[in-house]
Order: sequence, then structure tokens, then C-alpha cells
Amino acid sequence: MAAKIHGFKPYRVAALFHARRVVRKGAKAASRLMPKKAKSSNLIFWLVILFLFAPLFVLLLYSFNQSRSGEWTGFSFVWYQKLFLESPDLWRAFQNSVIIAFTSALMATALGTLAAVGTARYSFKLKSYVSTMSFIPMILPEIVVGVSLLVFFAGVGLKLGMLTVWIAHTTFNIPFVYLLVSARLEESDPSVVEAAMDLGATELQILFRVVIPMALPGIASAFLTAVTLSLEDFVITFFVSGPGATTLPLYIYSMIRFGVSPVVNALSAVMIAGTVLLVYPLRNFLKVFAAR
Amino acid sequence: MKRNLGPAYVAPQALWITVFFAAPLLIIVAYSFLQKGLYGGVEPVFSIQAWVDMANPTLLKVTLKTLWVSLAATIVIILLALPCGYSIARSKNQALRLFLVIVPFWTNFLVRIYAWISILGNEGFVNQALRFLGFRAEGFQFLYNQGAVVFVLVYMYLPYAILPLFSTIDKFDFTLLEAARDLGATRMQSYTKVMIPNIKGGVITAVLFTFIPIFGAYAVPLLIGGKDSYMLGNVIADQLTKTRNWPLASAISMSMTLLTAIAVFLFAFKKPKEQQTVKDIDPLSQPNGKTIEFLHRSPEQGKKKPSGKGAA
Repeated sequence: MAAKIHGFKPYRVAALFHARRVVRKGAKAASRLMPKKAKSSNLIFWLVILFLFAPLFVLLLYSFNQSRSGEWTGFSFVWYQKLFLESPDLWRAFQNSVIIAFTSALMATALGTLAAVGTARYSFKLKSYVSTMSFIPMILPEIVVGVSLLVFFAGVGLKLGMLTVWIAHTTFNIPFVYLLVSARLEESDPSVVEAAMDLGATELQILFRVVIPMALPGIASAFLTAVTLSLEDFVITFFVSGPGATTLPLYIYSMIRFGVSPVVNALSAVMIAGTVLLVYPLRNFLKVFAAR
Repeated sequence: MKRNLGPAYVAPQALWITVFFAAPLLIIVAYSFLQKGLYGGVEPVFSIQAWVDMANPTLLKVTLKTLWVSLAATIVIILLALPCGYSIARSKNQALRLFLVIVPFWTNFLVRIYAWISILGNEGFVNQALRFLGFRAEGFQFLYNQGAVVFVLVYMYLPYAILPLFSTIDKFDFTLLEAARDLGATRMQSYTKVMIPNIKGGVITAVLFTFIPIFGAYAVPLLIGGKDSYMLGNVIADQLTKTRNWPLASAISMSMTLLTAIAVFLFAFKKPKEQQTVKDIDPLSQPNGKTIEFLHRSPEQGKKKPSGKGAA
């Protein structure tokens, strides 16, 4: 019944499928005529991937090693047990890292988003100062940022601790947020904002109901990037951290430097797994990150 | 009339960047011209001692070594990253390949350094394997030399080059390569004379994003290198925390900043123009002959990749 109404005829379907087959065959024939895809670049790519992953796999393997040395003596979960049950300092460092990461990412996202909106919508005197100054910390070697902040904190008389680490992380996160949100705002349609203004929206309404919702994917990816950068940072934190503000990378550093315990292997394996779990759901957005 | 609210929006960030980034840099400039304090810090007396110290032969040697290591690592990285970026851009499954590059990239920096220590260390994976195969029992020392530092630096910063190169090559129109081949170019020529000039912006970004951080490397030479593979970053840290010569640390940091600024200005000023690939230009409005291949199709068609599965 319903089939008749929509003009559904079996022979039409058959013809359609036949046509599709013909087109596919043609496409296949055409692709044979096309020049071959570069095989050598693919080979290099897979070798590079092997190179990038090999050390991670070795760590994974070692994390299940029973012995303390590099020699393989048997499969065991002992280092995981030590990691989760007997390493309170490590978990305190982890907690510090998470606190710093989220608070500094939040601060950087707030500041960077506002500035990106300001520079995208208006032009004013200090615009080039802001955009240049917001770009440089990203490109400057981390050690310079760390050293200058340390000297600054010493000069101002601020005691090194969680606060100084938070300030430093917010500072190096701002450029990334600013850049990512600006890129997103550039893509969005300016006439939407104009329409909102024509309809009598106030500045705050435009900001919270038009501009920010439009830029939300950019803001979200900026926040995520800031969190990961902060969790990752070692060099700058190394300089501006003080007693009681040991972050996870600093803790790992001291573990590597002063007596390696295979707990590092287990921790590394957990962190690698965490990275995979974090990146995998984002795989369809990775191009955005690549383009940053 | 709408009021200009730009400054109000920008003010918080401008203030933050000024206080916590510009001011510290200015303090460093000032410190490099002051006398060193007895227990760290500085005496408020003008002195160019720090800049004179910069010229001492040991420091010059470290500077040259740092430059050499950064150059070597950057060249290897770019040579590896170009084919990788190309291969990802031409792949049917871009999302998967990007995923494979980003996982090691997002894995913690120190974990990755540590991974190489546990592979190449004296008691590491490779030595254990060699011992198992019957090589000499005391093993080989792979780490703690210049070569190991370059090797691990290449490992650490390779993704920094692959990602920008991929995103520029992805915008490149590959039919230009075919056109070049049709016009008699060899395969290599079509890459070097047609593709590379078109993706120059991406190459420059990749060079900047690898050379500059490597030049300021601190953790890798500290953990992977020996005493003789110290780089400038380590000297700064030592002057700051051990020798307590703050003016010298400031002077070295300052020169590093200047070098970065020069590199960025030299390259980045040309960047916006060069980064524009042929696809970004409306083919019909372009008078030059470069875009003849496009005349039979619209720019929208050109932008869409037939296999852009992972396109965001």
C-alpha cells in the first residue's frame, strides 16, 4: 500500500542497484588509471608511528615486571598495587596537579575568551599590543618564562607555592585559549551579532546568548587544551614551585632523578592509558587541535 | 551608536599578561645590567659584568653546542615530519592517523623521557636484550652523550612538526602535483618545486615550533645527557639555583628571548601571505596562470576533500 503511494517499484530498485554497480566499477577503473599513492611516505609514516609508540609499549611491558631491575623475572601486579595503595605522596602530587590544572584553565579560559571576543569585534589602540603579547609566551622557550617568573616572584616577595604555580600556569595557558577562541570567532558569522543588535539585544545579552554559544566548541577545546598543558608542564613549574606545591610531573622527576622505583612504570602505564581514553573520543575533532 | 567596548573586554587579559609576563621580562633585562648579590639576587649597582661573562669561552662553547644540537634535531625532525604530514593528509583515514600521532604527543613529557631511559639505560631494555643474546655482560652505554640527546629531542618534538605540516599540506591541492607531472616534472621535482613552496608557511611554523623549544631545552639534556651535553637551558638553571649568579642567568635568558624574537619576526612577518594556499584564493578572480587548473570547478568543490572522513 504505502509502497504504491511513494511510487515504489521493485524493478526501479533493481535498476538503481545496477546503476550503482556500474558507477562503482567505473570509479574503480578510473582509480587504477590515477597515479599511485606515494608509498614511501606511508612507509615513513608507519615507521615514525612505530618509533613514537615503541617506548610506550616497553614501559607498559615493564610495568608488569616482577623484578625491580630491567631484567624480566615474571608477570606481576605488584607495582600497580604499590602505586594505588602505598604511594600517598604521589597521590597528593596528583591532587595538586588536578587542582592547578582546572583552576588555571578556568582562569585562562575566562580571560582569553573575553580578550578574543574584544579583539574580534572591536578595533582599538592597544589591540596589536594585546595580540602580540598574547602570542609571545607561547613561542618563548619555557625556561625563559620560568626563570623570569621566578625572578619576578622573588622581587615581589611572593612565597613560592600553589599560588605562584597557579599564576604561572594561567600565564602560559592564556595564549592557547586566546588563539583557539579567536580562530573559532573568525569562523563564525558576524551578521548573527548584527542581527542581535538590530533586535535590541544589550551587550551582555549578545555576549552570553550569541557570541559565547557560537564560540562554545572553541572555548571547550581551549579549556581542554589548557588543562592538558597544565597537567603536562614540568619546566616552568620546576622553577616557580615551592614546598607543598609538588605537582605530578615534579614528583615523577624526583622519582626518575633520585632512585627509580618501578612504580614509575605502573604510573606511566596508567597515564598512557588515560591519554588514550582522553584522545580517542576526540578523534573526530583532532584536526582542530592539529591546526592550532 | 555602539560604544567601543574592546578595551574593556581585553583589559583583564592585558593586565595579566603585562604583570605576569611583560614585567618579569623587563625585570630580567634590568637584572642583566646589575651586580650580582652575594647570596643570589642582585645589588642595585650598574654593571655589564654579566654580558662580559657571556663571552667567556666555556659559555660560548655551550652556546655553539646548543645551536648545533637544535639545528641537527630540527633538520632530522622536518625531514621525517614532511613525509608523515603528507601521508596523513593523503590518507583516507586522517582521524585514525592523527590519533596515532597525538597519543604519544599528549603522553606526559617526563614519562616519555623516562621511557627512553628505561630502554637505552645501562640496565635498560636494549642492554638486557643484548645480554640475553650473548653480548658482553657489562653492556653498552647508549645514554649520557650528545647523540642520545639529539635522538631523544627528535623523539620529543617530532609531533610538534607533524601537526602543523599536516594541517598545511591538507589544504594543498594535490592536483597541482599531477599537473606538474603532466608538464614533465619528475616526482621529486613536483614535490620540491610545487608542493614545498606552497606549504612554506607550514614548514616555517614547524621549524619555529621545534627549533625554539629545543634551543631552550632543559629536561632532556639534564636527564639524558651527561655533563658534556649541557645546553644553555641547564646553564641558566645552574646559574640561578646553584652558582647564584642571577645577572648572568638573566643575560642568557635575555639573549634567548632576543633570538626567539628575531626568529619569529624574520619568519612570521611573511607568514600570512605565504600560508595562503592556492585553494584559499578564489580561482576565477586570480589573473595569474597558477590557477588555470581550477577554472573548470568552483572553489567550494576544491575545498571539499573526497575522502575527508575525519574532517572537523
